[in-house]
Amino acid sequence: MSVLIFVELDNGSIKKTSLEAVAYGAAVAQTQGTSATVLAIGNADSSELAKAGAYGANKVLHANDAALSNENAMAYASVLAAAIQQEGSKIVILPKSGLSDAMGARVAAKLGASIVSGVTELPDLSNGFQVKRSIYTGKAFATVEVKGDIKILGIKKNAIEAQEGSGTATIESFSPSLPEGDFTAKVINQEKASGELSLTEADIIVSGGRGMKGPEHWQPLLDLAEALGAATGCSKPVSDLDWRPHHEHIGQTGIKVAPNLYIACGISGAIQHLAGVNSSKVIVAINKDPEAPFFKAADYGIVGDVFDVLPRLTKAVKESK
Amino acid sequence: MKILVCITNVPDTSAKISFTDNNTKLNKAGVQYMIGPYDDYALARAVELKEKSGGSITVLNVGEADSDPQIRKALAIGADDAIRVNCDPQDSYFTAAQIAAVAKDGNYDLILMGRESIDFNSGVVHGLVGEMLGIPSFSPVMKLDIEGNTAKFAREIEGGKEYLEAPLPLVLGCQEPIAEWKIPNMRGIMTARTKPLKVVEPVDVNNLASLTAYSLPAPKGACKMIPADQAETLITLLKTEAKVL
Ligand SMILES: Cc1cc2nc3c(=O)[nH]c(=O)nc-3n(C[C@H](O)[C@H](O)[C@H](O)COP(=O)(O)OP(=O)(O)OC[C@H]3O[C@@H](n4cnc5c(N)ncnc54)[C@H](O)[C@@H]3O)c2cc1C
Ligand SMILES: Nc1ncnc2c1ncn2[C@@H]1O[C@H](COP(=O)(O)O)[C@@H](O)[C@H]1O
Repeated sequence: MSVLIFVELDNGSIKKTSLEAVAYGAAVAQTQGTSATVLAIGNADSSELAKAGAYGANKVLHANDAALSNENAMAYASVLAAAIQQEGSKIVILPKSGLSDAMGARVAAKLGASIVSGVTELPDLSNGFQVKRSIYTGKAFATVEVKGDIKILGIKKNAIEAQEGSGTATIESFSPSLPEGDFTAKVINQEKASGELSLTEADIIVSGGRGMKGPEHWQPLLDLAEALGAATGCSKPVSDLDWRPHHEHIGQTGIKVAPNLYIACGISGAIQHLAGVNSSKVIVAINKDPEAPFFKAADYGIVGDVFDVLPRLTKAVKESK
Repeated sequence: MKILVCITNVPDTSAKISFTDNNTKLNKAGVQYMIGPYDDYALARAVELKEKSGGSITVLNVGEADSDPQIRKALAIGADDAIRVNCDPQDSYFTAAQIAAVAKDGNYDLILMGRESIDFNSGVVHGLVGEMLGIPSFSPVMKLDIEGNTAKFAREIEGGKEYLEAPLPLVLGCQEPIAEWKIPNMRGIMTARTKPLKVVEPVDVNNLASLTAYSLPAPKGACKMIPADQAETLITLLKTEAKVL
């Protein structure tokens, strides 16, 4: 009956959004009077996996078959379904991400389970099993009654304040058999920027729009991002023009982010861009046009030229350290 | 090659969202509708693939009659025929089961969808349909070519791209830059009127999740403006007031 939580690994570390999923799952387990089991797939040290205990997990199932070295959502789904069966889980928690959505979907179809993605709060159990989820790309919320016998929830970043405690988790290796049908696709090549901060994980994002004038002018933005330990993003035209790589594109048709701090530099604030950033805690807009719509969505605004303001902010950050 | 493209009928990306009937219904007054932008990319690539190697494109929507203008637009862009499963879908599992039922009958080589719908933003219907049909699913796919019975494609992974090859049939969730959005031309619009749009009733599937109420985010407070010549004070405010540094 254990609540089962899937965690994503990045170079052997549990991702921050996944630790939130653990805290969420542990909180749900507590209301259900049951335990919380974590499933981790891929390479990781037991000391790292034990960290899940500090966020409330009782047990970690570790699947580390060499066949699982690529993020193959179909094979991952087979592993998750086997873990659900072994643990007799009725509630499954995943961090909201492309990988987790894909594997959660395959598992839901395998087991006839409810799947609700984009959950923003702990469930309300006072009247059935209701969750609040984000819809219309962050412009609204829906309350959803989850009716399946097995319930799979994809939770959004910041759905819960994850606090590190002193709990510990036991670690068991887990190696279910993997159906051949999960491996019909061949990976030909991977192009991956290494050592780059991930946008969906980042606490701070510095993002640039067409106001940055061209790829050769990005340095002031990169400098501020480096001083802040921030990830970098951009608007759609910027990636369409190849000024920045596509995986930095934020918004309605790009990545949706939810950092503590989003700094928009020379971005007008079109509704499609805002749709990707409206879950940020604090938004700063820097734009030379006082009428730029971004100021209506921002908490702090500076009307000014990015090429004047950015270097000064970088200097101020360095001096304040 | 037979391609099925699944499209959603969604409020325009610039629409203001509000609710009526005690927060149980979307307020449709003044809201323009569009084909989901990711679905539109899928459709555009389907049209290009058909132009290159022939075949047929069927568009499918699970929705009510107010989807018909978007379905006609898809026909004008280049689909050959259309199917609408007549119901108001609220649950991903239910929607996927409807799509899978249609797909089983049609024996499609390729089922193209958007990476996500922009009303529910779930990103799960492709995986559900793939599993229901017992075929692989991938998302988000940003490049796609078909050679014989093999799909050669790239999907976005965190911080980069992965290039894959897989035998058909497949379900793919698409995103840019797989193709450029297409605008229907006059000839397309004329012929779309006479292309077949079949309306079918849903198969019997339980709703495994149902919407009970909507709500809006708390309104944002006023933006605190900092004069450009005192830009440095922003850093202090972010530390002491907003407490995010
Ligand atoms: C269906 C659809 C989906 C879309 N999806 C997305 C999406 O996911 N993400 C996205 O970003 N957009 C998206 N768009 C596009 C969106 O509508 C806007 O066109 C886009 O966000 C504008 O990008 P921008 O702000 O960088 O450029 P612009 O609108 O050109 O704005 C540039 C801004 O920079 C300011 N500026 C110029 N020079 C300076 C300077 N020296 N210092 C300071 N400020 C300066 C200007 O005042 C202006 O406000 C979508 C559009 C559609 C129709
Ligand atoms: N009601 C629907 N009718 C047809 N296709 C749909 C429907 N809902 C979702 N889809 C397809 O599934 C994709 C993913 O949707 P979602 O899982 O809701 O984010 C969409 O981009 C569409 O291609």
